[in-house]
Amino acid sequence: MSIDTNTGVGAASGMGTSLAARTLAARHRLRWWEPLPWLLAIGFYFAFPRYLGFGTEMLITILFAISLDLALGYAGIITLGHAAFFGAGAYTVGILAKHGIWTEPITGLLWAAMVAGLVGLASGLVLLRTTGLTLLMLTICTMGLLEELANMGAEYTGGFDGLDSLPIQPVFGVFEFDVLYSTTQYLYVLGVLLVCFVFVRTLVYSPFGHSLTGIRENTLRMHAVGAPVRMRLVVCYAISAALAGVAGALWAQANAYVNLSVLGLDRAATVLIVLVLGGYGRLYGGFVGAIAYMVLSHFLSKLYPSAWQLGLGLMLVVIALFARGGILGIGASLWHGHDKQRDAS
Amino acid sequence: MSSVVEFANTLLGGVAAGMVLFIVSVGLSITLGLMGFVNLAHGGFAMIGGYIVVLTMNRLGVPFIAALAIGFFSVAAISVVFERLLYVRLYRASELDQVLFTIGLVFMMIASVTLIVGPETQPLNLPSWMQGQFDLGFMTYRTYSLVLIAVGIVIMLGLWLGFERTRMGAQIRAAVDNRRMAESLGINITRLFTLTFAFGSGMAALGGGLGAEFLGLDPQYPLKYLVIFLIVVAVGGLGRVTGVFFAALIIGVLDFALKKYLPQGGTVFIYAMTILLLLWRPQGLFGRAP
Repeated sequence: MSIDTNTGVGAASGMGTSLAARTLAARHRLRWWEPLPWLLAIGFYFAFPRYLGFGTEMLITILFAISLDLALGYAGIITLGHAAFFGAGAYTVGILAKHGIWTEPITGLLWAAMVAGLVGLASGLVLLRTTGLTLLMLTICTMGLLEELANMGAEYTGGFDGLDSLPIQPVFGVFEFDVLYSTTQYLYVLGVLLVCFVFVRTLVYSPFGHSLTGIRENTLRMHAVGAPVRMRLVVCYAISAALAGVAGALWAQANAYVNLSVLGLDRAATVLIVLVLGGYGRLYGGFVGAIAYMVLSHFLSKLYPSAWQLGLGLMLVVIALFARGGILGIGASLWHGHDKQRDAS
Repeated sequence: MSSVVEFANTLLGGVAAGMVLFIVSVGLSITLGLMGFVNLAHGGFAMIGGYIVVLTMNRLGVPFIAALAIGFFSVAAISVVFERLLYVRLYRASELDQVLFTIGLVFMMIASVTLIVGPETQPLNLPSWMQGQFDLGFMTYRTYSLVLIAVGIVIMLGLWLGFERTRMGAQIRAAVDNRRMAESLGINITRLFTLTFAFGSGMAALGGGLGAEFLGLDPQYPLKYLVIFLIVVAVGGLGRVTGVFFAALIIGVLDFALKKYLPQGGTVFIYAMTILLLLWRPQGLFGRAP
């Protein structure tokens, strides 16, 4: 089997060196449509000033989905417990602010990233020894453990009620957070999302990112070529956790409260659905998925909650059975089909 | 004396809860062990079974035992349709696809039940002989719980005999241990799986109906108990009937006792125990090392 593959690669590189080399060299280049989401986000700010709270929530969901994409889409770590890190970040900001220890928002994000990253590193070191169902169970149990701890430590976390009216300082000391008019929140979250996205984009196109894809596609072979598989996975998991922590911290800052909902199975399942709906392992899947999911749920879930849940379930079933690439996958195959037709004619 | 009674009370309550967990989870364990299919919708079949039992009793006046049988067979039949039409397409798919697919199914089940029956909790009207207290000599205890324990033990023995003494049980054991080898020996795994899947879903329905009074029956049932069913299966080891039985007992008793004596932090202990156990033995307490 390995001989087959080797000759296959040899033949491919022999036939189309220039194409393969060009594709490899150009894989990280900015494509023409990549500034579009950001322009749209800025356009949203001016077009829908009354929906900025909703927009902020959407941007945070995008960041959370991107963090999951790094672990699930790129490294292939199947987790149902990613809300553990979202919650770790949110509670870090919440506890520090409520007890008057740290109320500056931007450095608060760094604290949250550090705490969530450490939780990710520690749990990753032990969890990633396992695979499959055991790993899935361990991620759920870790999240459940954190949720119960947050519920128990009422003195610090507010228990079931959570912590509300968090005193968060203005951004740069100027722009105040107003819970009713989310203008500051929207732009602040957009800025943080941009920074995080550039980081993730750089990371996945780096050699490190490619080794993650390699591990996802063929773990055994990556072991064989001498890649430090487990260390790579642990580092990736920790980075992904830190980003999820930033998303959670933004959520706590934007809403000025934090409660147990940040840690639940609901949130973990929702972000997974968002990512899969958009298409995982594609960088932009989180964007598309979050917009599609949140717009649909915003209009449908209050009017027809059961019909919404039925439709959501049906969507998941259809995606799992027929459209594993999500919306972006469908788009890509349509686009390529279009290309082929054009080539043929 | 009173401390003995209190201890027995807690123990019996925990064992009864464990029996419900066992009856519901055993099918999940076997199907997971056979095909490695991560079926998160298993609790959904238990819920549907519970609803069939409760509704046939309350609306059609069917007696409890007959309703349980109706629940068992109709859910087994429904699950065969699901398995042949949908599940079969995902046997070779990644775990992620299986997880998504079955979560989607759970959502659809929850929504359908809410739309058809309504969001409220459904009461289980026990037959009169199960309602009162039963005299155990040194104390009295709820007859319903004692019946649960008895039924659980009978099912356990029946399954154990079926597994150890019948041809099909041997085939299942062989397939759980080494599917490829079993297939090369001419065992029809697909048919075996369909049968076990139907039987396991039927058992889940039985557990859903029997335990409706214990766990409560509302549309959120499959999500509410998803994690605990999975914990029982993971702790017991995949495809092990005895494993699931002991795991369900341990977790049932622990959960019951902790909720009683440590209402604040009881669940933490269960999660922590599961994490440590799975790190120590990823294949579960009774599973075989891969």
